[in-house]
Amino acid sequence: MDSPEVTRDLCAKAGYTFTFLSDPKAEAIRRYDLLHAGAGINGQDIARPAEFLVDASGTVRWLNLTENYWVRARPEQILEAAKTLR
Amino acid sequence: MRKFNLSAWAGFLLSVVAFISYPFVFARWSITRDFPWANLVLFGFAVVLLTIGMRRAFAADRSHPKRAKIAASLLVTLSMLVLGLFLFSTFIMARWLPASHGAPQVGQKAPDFTLTDTNGKRVSLGEILTTSATNGQASKGALLIFYRGYW
Repeated sequence: MDSPEVTRDLCAKAGYTFTFLSDPKAEAIRRYDLLHAGAGINGQDIARPAEFLVDASGTVRWLNLTENYWVRARPEQILEAAKTLR
Repeated sequence: MRKFNLSAWAGFLLSVVAFISYPFVFARWSITRDFPWANLVLFGFAVVLLTIGMRRAFAADRSHPKRAKIAASLLVTLSMLVLGLFLFSTFIMARWLPASHGAPQVGQKAPDFTLTDTNGKRVSLGEILTTSATNGQASKGALLIFYRGYW
């Protein structure tokens, strides 16, 4: 939900090299039905956490919709699922 | 006799530490975040300290005035509120998430999107999927991670 400028600072500080996209209008969030309306700290809309593994043809091959926002997919789980991508 | 009930105060302060250390310390590692056992251990020690503090305040000898009993009871009550709030927020509130029935399932096409990256460049999912990897090999796919927006 943050603007590109905010995420650029975050990425620079954290040393992230992966592509970090901003969705301030929640367009992609809505398209993936991940909108969590009004759950933000100031009542703003945020996303519910989720991970999707998509193959080169654009088909979802694995996803994780956590039931508890403290619990996310671990890197080992994702890497295991990624092995099935050809 | 010591006027200051160290155990009761230590128990209360430890409860506060047990609560705050979850988002600020233990949430950094999945092993202590997925189930907050480290914090529950700290709360356990706090309960022990509070029990000692209560027994001291309510001891049969008359060296402890009513004030001490009230103070100890208050600290225990506050600590229990802190524990209750912790349990509620980590086990109940954290599960208040929308159903997301419309999210793409395995085998379905991932909806396309075009968003702005950190350099202000517009990037689409199609581009992400067709851009070859840094080692020159053809793209095998992409991992899309949707973050909550803040912790």
